[in-house]
Amino acid sequence: MFGKLSLEAIPTHDPIIMTTITGIVLGGLALVAAITYFKKWGYLWNEWVTSVDHKKLGIMYFIVALVMLLRGFADAIMMRSQLAMASAGAEGFLPPSHYDQIFTAHGVIMIFFVAMPMVIGLMNLVVPLQIGARDVAFPFLNNLSFWLFAAGVILVNVSLFAGEFAKTGWLAYAPLSGLDYSPGVGVDYWIWALQISGIGTTLTGINFFVTILKMRTKGMTLFRMPIFTWTSLCANVLIIASFPILTATIALLTLDRYLGMNFFTTDLGGNMMMYVNLIWAWGHPEVYILILPAFGVFSEVIATFARKRLFGYGTMVWATVAITVLSFIVWLHHFFTMGAGANVNAFFGIMTMIIAIPTGVKIFNWLFTMYRGRIEFTSPVLWTLGFIITFSLGGMTGVMLSIPAANFVLHNSLFVIAHFHNVIIGGVVFGMLAGLTYWFPKAFGFTLNEKWGKRSFWCWLVGFYVAFVPLYVLSFFGAVRRMQSYDNGDWQPLMIVAWVGALIIAAGIACTLIQFYVSIRDRKQNQDVTGDPWDARTLEWATSSPAPFYNFAHLPDINGIDDYWAKKENNGGKPPLSEGPYQDIHMPKNTWEGPVLGGLSTAFGFALVWHIWWLAIVSGIGMFVVFLARVFREDVDYYVPAAEVERIEREHRQRVERDVQPSSSYASQAGGQA
Amino acid sequence: MNRTPPLRKLGVLLLAVLPLVLAGCSSALLDPKGQIGEEQRTLILTSFGLMQIVVIPVIVMTLLFAWRYRRSNREASYRPDWHHSNLIEAVVWFIPCVIIVFLAVLTWYTSHSLDPHKPIEPTAEQQEPIEIQAVSLDWKWLFIYPEQGIATVNELAFPEDTPVRFRVTSGSVMNSFFIPRLGSQIYAMAGMDNDVHLVAEEPGVYPGRSTNYSGAGFSGMTFDAHVGSEEDFDAWVAKVRESSESLTYPAEYNELAAPSEDNEIEYFSEVSPSLYESIIKSFLAGGDHEERMAEYADSYAEGFGHGGHGAGHGDDHGASAESHGTSMSAEAAE
Repeated sequence: MFGKLSLEAIPTHDPIIMTTITGIVLGGLALVAAITYFKKWGYLWNEWVTSVDHKKLGIMYFIVALVMLLRGFADAIMMRSQLAMASAGAEGFLPPSHYDQIFTAHGVIMIFFVAMPMVIGLMNLVVPLQIGARDVAFPFLNNLSFWLFAAGVILVNVSLFAGEFAKTGWLAYAPLSGLDYSPGVGVDYWIWALQISGIGTTLTGINFFVTILKMRTKGMTLFRMPIFTWTSLCANVLIIASFPILTATIALLTLDRYLGMNFFTTDLGGNMMMYVNLIWAWGHPEVYILILPAFGVFSEVIATFARKRLFGYGTMVWATVAITVLSFIVWLHHFFTMGAGANVNAFFGIMTMIIAIPTGVKIFNWLFTMYRGRIEFTSPVLWTLGFIITFSLGGMTGVMLSIPAANFVLHNSLFVIAHFHNVIIGGVVFGMLAGLTYWFPKAFGFTLNEKWGKRSFWCWLVGFYVAFVPLYVLSFFGAVRRMQSYDNGDWQPLMIVAWVGALIIAAGIACTLIQFYVSIRDRKQNQDVTGDPWDARTLEWATSSPAPFYNFAHLPDINGIDDYWAKKENNGGKPPLSEGPYQDIHMPKNTWEGPVLGGLSTAFGFALVWHIWWLAIVSGIGMFVVFLARVFREDVDYYVPAAEVERIEREHRQRVERDVQPSSSYASQAGGQA
Repeated sequence: MNRTPPLRKLGVLLLAVLPLVLAGCSSALLDPKGQIGEEQRTLILTSFGLMQIVVIPVIVMTLLFAWRYRRSNREASYRPDWHHSNLIEAVVWFIPCVIIVFLAVLTWYTSHSLDPHKPIEPTAEQQEPIEIQAVSLDWKWLFIYPEQGIATVNELAFPEDTPVRFRVTSGSVMNSFFIPRLGSQIYAMAGMDNDVHLVAEEPGVYPGRSTNYSGAGFSGMTFDAHVGSEEDFDAWVAKVRESSESLTYPAEYNELAAPSEDNEIEYFSEVSPSLYESIIKSFLAGGDHEERMAEYADSYAEGFGHGGHGAGHGDDHGASAESHGTSMSAEAAE
C-alpha cells in the first residue's frame, strides 16, 4: 500500500531532526489555526494561491525563498559548528550520515530554493512593470511555474520528515548517486524535487523570454530597455537553453535508478564522465542565470542613487550578451582534474578567463556611473559597493581557478568553497537583498527601514569575510570540501574563526527579519505615496505603489532610455499622473489549475520516491485531467471596466495631491528615508 | 551620512590579507616539496599578482568615487547626463584584455608543461622514474607496487628525487588522488586508467587524501606518503614483504574492496600479477564488478557513518575486513 514507506522512515533516532520536525509541525499547526481563526482561507485562495498577477507571484517566490534561506542557513551553521569541533580525531556532533545530507541539502536549497526563487521572484515583480506590460505573456503558466517550484520545495522539506535526503553533494555525481552506492530514497527526493521545480523554471524561462520580446510597450525598443530587463532576458535565454539539459540528465539518472538502465553506472557501458559533463553543461550557465539579474539590480540601483544615467549602456548590454554566450563554453573548468588532455584543458581555461573581460568592463561601468554623480548611501547602495569589492575578489580567485595547472592543486579544496561563496554571497545574495530593498515599496507601498537594512549589510559583509577568508587560507594547507572531520588539529583555530563568521552572517539575517518587523510596524510613516520613493529612472516607478493589478492605466509611450526620468524633468521634477479618459482593460482570470497541478505533482513525486505506484498512477492521471480541463477552458479572461480604472486612478491622484506637499521636491522626500 | 564606510572596508581588507601573508610560511601549497608543486606555486602567485593590476584599482576607485561623489559633497562636480566616453570605454576594455591575453598565454603554456599525464624527465641527479598504482576503494586507498610485487592500504612510500608515475583508478565511485605538498591531483574513476606524474625533492612525510567526496567514509580516505632515501625505501619494501597477507584477485581483493571506514594501514607481501589491470577490466564488458556489488549490496543498503555503528557492522564483510587487521571505524575513532 505504501511502497517502501513505513514508520521506520521517520528519523526518530536523531534528536536534531526530531526537534526540527516538532518545531515545524507546531509552527505549521499554529499557522493553520491562525488562518482559520481569522477566516483567511478564502482570501488566501482568491488573492494569492490562484492569482496570476506577476507581482503577487513575485512576492510569493520571495517569501518562500526567505523561509528556505532560514533552513539552508541552519544547515550552514551546523556544518560550520561540526567543522569547528571535529578536529584531530574528534567526531563532532554530526555523524557522516547526517553531515553528508546537510551539505547536500545546503547546496540544493541555497541554489534551487533560495537563489533561484529570489531571482525569478524579482523578475516577476519588476520585468513586466519595466517594459510597460500589464502581465506576462502566459499568466497561467506563471502561476503553474510557481506551484511546480513549490512542489519541489515541499518534497525537499518532506525528506526531513520521512526517509532521508541525498548524501551525494548538491549535484549528485554518478556513480555515487546510482542505486548501487546510494540505495536509499535520498537521491530520489533529490531527483523529483529538482525535476518538478526544474520544469517550472523552464516554463518561467519561456514565459519571460516571450514577455520581454513581445509585450514591450510602444517605443520600448530593445536598446531602450532597462538593464535589469536586459539581464533578465539573457538569464531567460540561459534558462531555455540549459534547463532542458538538467531535465534530460536527471531523467537518465532516473532511468538508471528506477529501470535498471546503465547510463551512468560504473559498469555495463555506463559512463560517469558523461554525467559530470552534462550536469555542468547545465550547471555553469546556471550560475550566470543567478548572477546576471543581480548585475541588473546593481545597474538600476547605482544609476538611481547616483542620480545619474548609467555609464556605458550599450557596453553593459553587449557585455551581458557576451557573458551569456560564453557561459556555455566553459563547463569543463569544473573538472580539469578528470584527466582531459592539455589542449582541452587550456581551451576551457582560456574561455573561462575571457568571461572576466566583459565582467570587468561591467564593474568599471558601475564605477563610472558613480563618477560625477551624487551618491546617496542608502542600503541598496551599500550592498552595491560591498558587491563591487567582494565580487572583484571573487572574480580574481575564479580566474585563478580557471588556470588548469593551478586548478590541479586548488580543485575540490576549500578554495573552491570560498570562491563560489565569494561570488554567490557577494554577487547574488547582495544583489537580491539590494533588489528586495529597492523594489519593496513597489510591491507593498511602503519602504523598508534603512537603519536595520544597513545593519544587515554590515553583518553580511563582515561575516562573509570572517567566514570565508579562513577557508581560502585553509585550502593552502590541504583542507578539502565535504570533510566531516579532519586529523590536522592545526586547522581548528581557522575553522572556529569561520564559525564566528557564520554567526555574524546569522546576525545579518536576524537584522533583515527585524527590518521586516519594524518596517511593517512603521508602515504608515514609511508610506510611498507617489509610487516613486527613490526619484528613480525607469518605468516601474511611473505607476502607484503598490502597483494596481493592471500595472498601468494607460500603456506608456517611450522615447528613450530612462524615459520616465525625462518625463519627470519635463514635468517640473514631478511624476506625471495618469489622466482620463480611461478604457476597459483586458486582464487574465485567476486559475485553480496551477495550485492543483502543483499539489498533484507533489503527490506524484512523493509516490515515485517511495515506489507507491498506485498513487503515482492516480496523481499522474489527475495531472493529465486537470491539464485537459485547463486546455479546454475558454473562460480565462475578463475586462476591467473603464469606470473601475478611473476610480482607482482617482484615488491615487487624490492621495498624492493630499499627502505630497507641492513645495517638497521628490529627491528630498527620498532623502528623508536615509 | 555620518558613518564612514570606506574606512571600515579598508579594515576588513587588511584583516582579509593578513592571514594569507602569515599562512604562507608553512602551508602545503606555498611550501611545496617537489618540482610540480613549485611550478604551481609560482603560477598561483603570478596570476594573483597580475590580477592585482585590476583588483586594486577597482577597490580603490570604488571607495574613492563613493566618497568623493557622496551626496553631501557639494564641491564635487555633478554631471547627471554624462554617460559615455570613448576613451574610458576603450581603456576599460583594453586593460582586462591585455591581462587576459597574458594569462591566456600562461595558461596555454602551463597546461602543457604541467599536464599531469606528461612524464617527468629525470634530471642528472635524479633516479629513473618508478610506477605506483593507486586504486580508490570505499573508503581507503590501495597502492600497488608492480615492480616490487607488493601492495599497501593507506600508506605510500617512494624515494626522493625519483619521478613517480601514479596510475590512478577506482574500484568504486569517483575519488581524487592528491598529495598537496607535491602538486597536481587527478580523478580516480572506475574502469579508467588515469595518471599523474609527481616527484619529491625532499625527504619527509606528506599527507595525502581523496579530495573528491565519495560517500560516508570519505573523511577517512587519508594516507601518508613517506619519502626518504633509496635505502629507506628498500627497507620499507622489505618491511611490507614481511607481511603474511596476500592480495589475490578476485577473492582477497573482493574482501578488501568491501566498504569500510577509517581503514588502518595494511601490507600485502604478495599480489596477483596485473591486479591493477584486473580491477579496471572488472568494469568493462564481461567484467565481474556486478557480482562483486551484489555481495556488498546489504552493507550499502544498511547505510554507513552512523557514528557508533561502524562499517558493515555485524555482517560477513565486516568480519572479513577484521581478519585483515582492519579496525572498525568506531573503535578506531575512540
